[in-house]
Amino acid sequence: MSDTYLDLVNSGATQQVAKTLGLPRPARLRRTNTDAVDHPLLPGPVLLLGTGAQADATAEALLSWDLDVHRTLPQHEVGALVLVLTELEHPEQMSDFALALGGALRSLAPSGRVVTISRPAEGAEPQVAAARHGVDGFLRSVAKELRAGGTGNGIVISDGVPSDSPSVAGALRFLLSARSAFVSGQFIHVTTPDGATPADWTRPLEGRVAVVTGAARGIGAAIAQVLARDGAHVIGVDMPASGEQLAEVMNTVHGTALQLDITSEDAGQRILELARSRHGRLDAVVHNAGILRDKMLANMTPEKWDAVVAVNIAAQLRINEQLLAADDLGPEGLRLVSLASTSGIAGNRGQTNYGYTKAAVIGMTRALAPRLAEQGGTANAVAPGFIETEMTAKIPPVPRQIARRANSLQQGGLPVDVAETIAFLLSPQAGGINGEVLRVCGQNLVGQ
Amino acid sequence: MASTPENTTPAVPEQTNPRAAVIGSNRIPFGKAGGAYRSASNLDMLTAALSGLVARFGLQDERLGDVSAGAVLKHSRDFNLTREAVLGSGLDPHTPAFDVQRACGTSVETVWAIANKIALGQISSGIAGGVDTTSDAPIVVSDRLRKTLLRLSRAKTIQQRLGLLTALRPGDLAPVAPNVNEPRTGLSMGEHQAITTRRWGITREAQDEIALASHRNLAAAYDDGLFDDLITPYRGLLRDESLRADTTAEKLAKLKPVFGTNGANAADASITAGNATPLSDGAATVLLGTDAWAAERGLPVLAHVVDAESAAVDFARGEEGLLMAGAYAVPRLLARQGLGLADFDFIEIHEAFASTVLTTMAAWADEEFMSSKVGLPALGEVDRSRLNVAGSSLAAGHPFAATGARIVGTLAALLHQKKLNDGAAPSVPVRGLISVCAAGGQAVAMILEA
Repeated sequence: MSDTYLDLVNSGATQQVAKTLGLPRPARLRRTNTDAVDHPLLPGPVLLLGTGAQADATAEALLSWDLDVHRTLPQHEVGALVLVLTELEHPEQMSDFALALGGALRSLAPSGRVVTISRPAEGAEPQVAAARHGVDGFLRSVAKELRAGGTGNGIVISDGVPSDSPSVAGALRFLLSARSAFVSGQFIHVTTPDGATPADWTRPLEGRVAVVTGAARGIGAAIAQVLARDGAHVIGVDMPASGEQLAEVMNTVHGTALQLDITSEDAGQRILELARSRHGRLDAVVHNAGILRDKMLANMTPEKWDAVVAVNIAAQLRINEQLLAADDLGPEGLRLVSLASTSGIAGNRGQTNYGYTKAAVIGMTRALAPRLAEQGGTANAVAPGFIETEMTAKIPPVPRQIARRANSLQQGGLPVDVAETIAFLLSPQAGGINGEVLRVCGQNLVGQ
Repeated sequence: MASTPENTTPAVPEQTNPRAAVIGSNRIPFGKAGGAYRSASNLDMLTAALSGLVARFGLQDERLGDVSAGAVLKHSRDFNLTREAVLGSGLDPHTPAFDVQRACGTSVETVWAIANKIALGQISSGIAGGVDTTSDAPIVVSDRLRKTLLRLSRAKTIQQRLGLLTALRPGDLAPVAPNVNEPRTGLSMGEHQAITTRRWGITREAQDEIALASHRNLAAAYDDGLFDDLITPYRGLLRDESLRADTTAEKLAKLKPVFGTNGANAADASITAGNATPLSDGAATVLLGTDAWAAERGLPVLAHVVDAESAAVDFARGEEGLLMAGAYAVPRLLARQGLGLADFDFIEIHEAFASTVLTTMAAWADEEFMSSKVGLPALGEVDRSRLNVAGSSLAAGHPFAATGARIVGTLAALLHQKKLNDGAAPSVPVRGLISVCAAGGQAVAMILEA
């Protein structure tokens, strides 16, 4: 699962060779240091561009995290460029902002961040909508111009959501931090003022009980680890046949192992009973368990199609219904995150069954969002791109290299990158983010 | 976990129920000798079983009152086997542990020991278990070689060393094959049981019937998901390696007898590889505690340990069959508790051999035997529909010291399930009876109640 090419272009003589030949040089990304979470939050000070109430609120949030905030370009390297565009009303106004950002790009430190804060185009007057939606194409292009592990992402705040809403600050902090290492070219929509600022930003899930399906290995095990690091008590679920690995993972995260086939009729009940009896609450569920049974559609068999549907979507639907029927879950409502996939967004040859179910997950998430919001909960999806796992290690070498490099960061993500994004979406500071499909793909070339 | 009761050493704790609760269990699937666990040591397997229990019940860094386990075939390096396993299990390293050995009854004995400490209010939680490997059994060297090696370690000069080495003869180098033959009779357990089987007139068909039921019941229990909460896979093994879900009466009938095949009665030898337990590797653990300890952690109480009894028979002088002590332990236990066989919803008789189950049951029902030998009234017939309903050692295998904990763990789950499914009043008990025979003419019996 190691990326030898990435190692070669970042060390010793081969680094010089790659430089001379002008080969693509994927950078080592800044990731969370588990011994010093969010510290430092950024590799340098923040340059905040823009004016108005949102810019002031953003400056206050940044200062509250002990960051060095500049409103004009300093003489030295900066860790992040934050561009507040909420007052934008005509495309002609974009010029000043765009060029100011451009002038600062060369000052951006390795694994630096560009974050735009803007408003949605929906429902606005044509010239306002044009100005606002233009940010979409602008930011995604900027993200592709960044080098050395830099990422570019945007926060889109719905009209009427106050500038100091917890989720605006929550999304900003996530995008600035090492937690979002492999998230690039994405927009996070803050649609409500809901959510809460955590008592401790480094342990936002303190005291919460989270269930992770498919927790025995790969991305699921990483999710369990990150949720536990952020303070959650984790109940790890996996097939009885994976019990040995599951027990190992749960013992490292001080969690509880539940050997359970999620496709069984009473899976939701079993999960609920365990969470209730052990902890008296259930705050979050991560539907991570999923299977692949790749086959070209012309050769598809009922077994391969049905198995994928049963595990990847039908089980989630049934478990959700059983959980939603319970009226005594967590005090703050149920927070769900489901694993979608770029295959469910852009499609993938040989994966009609998988693509169907992963797109189905997106449909389910969007439909659940308003229902969960009634009790203060949220439903979101995370769509990983190419992630270095046991599964992707089985792809033949050449296609694997191509898939790995086909994104702006020119490398595969790690399971922890997906886990970090999920932990953020489950956190109290993400309460105003609902019905989102957030990609963790290093700005993959396919799909949006 | 700063506030666990273990840390505070209460004077004499208030107990709502003086009986120890069986909270849950974990074992690894049992392997066949030389099979999936051929390179696993007793310590590896016991640690795996404990770690799985810790993960299932979220016991990481918990300081428990005590842990007791043991092995029958034990290497001298494993002198502190259980404590070593605790240190590798994820439990708080301040959890004490001790080793116990009562042959095949070892882990009924450890459950009994931990349950007693809990019932007395000395501890509020503990783990009982057992492990055995026949694949990684210690090999014994000849006495002459052993003594020479010991002298060598004390020798001071090269001359002394050479003198000692040249005194060795090739024959001294041959290892002594490990076996569990009875030291006083020199007979294997199988030869002993062949005698008992003949004495009670147990037929080959009856034995094969017990074996077939064991495989079918165990396979059905797996399919029902009973073991999802009782077993954690290990080294790629998902189910007991000896389980033959597809075995048939015909297949069992074709096997050749392996014990009782010499002497005058060789013609009616009936013990085969199909109706005797295979040599096995495995480990099993049971979590016990007070009701209050369980409630504080939101852990279930599956059943309570009611009482237990051990017995031994004088097999060495031929007065009784080697594996017949269960015929004594159980009647004495039931008499003390004022219970009869009909009071039990489940009866677990360890299948050392299919014929052990049959001779034990025949003895319980035999007026003459019971009055003359046990001095108690006969117990009557066992309702076969309540016997080893989730399979037993013939199908699961029998890592000697792990079998008791396997049975206690499985029975507690069965009792809990029945209690829930019957929807009976909480005051109506659901009971289970355990009888495990052991080498040395011993047996341990236990009653669980939900």
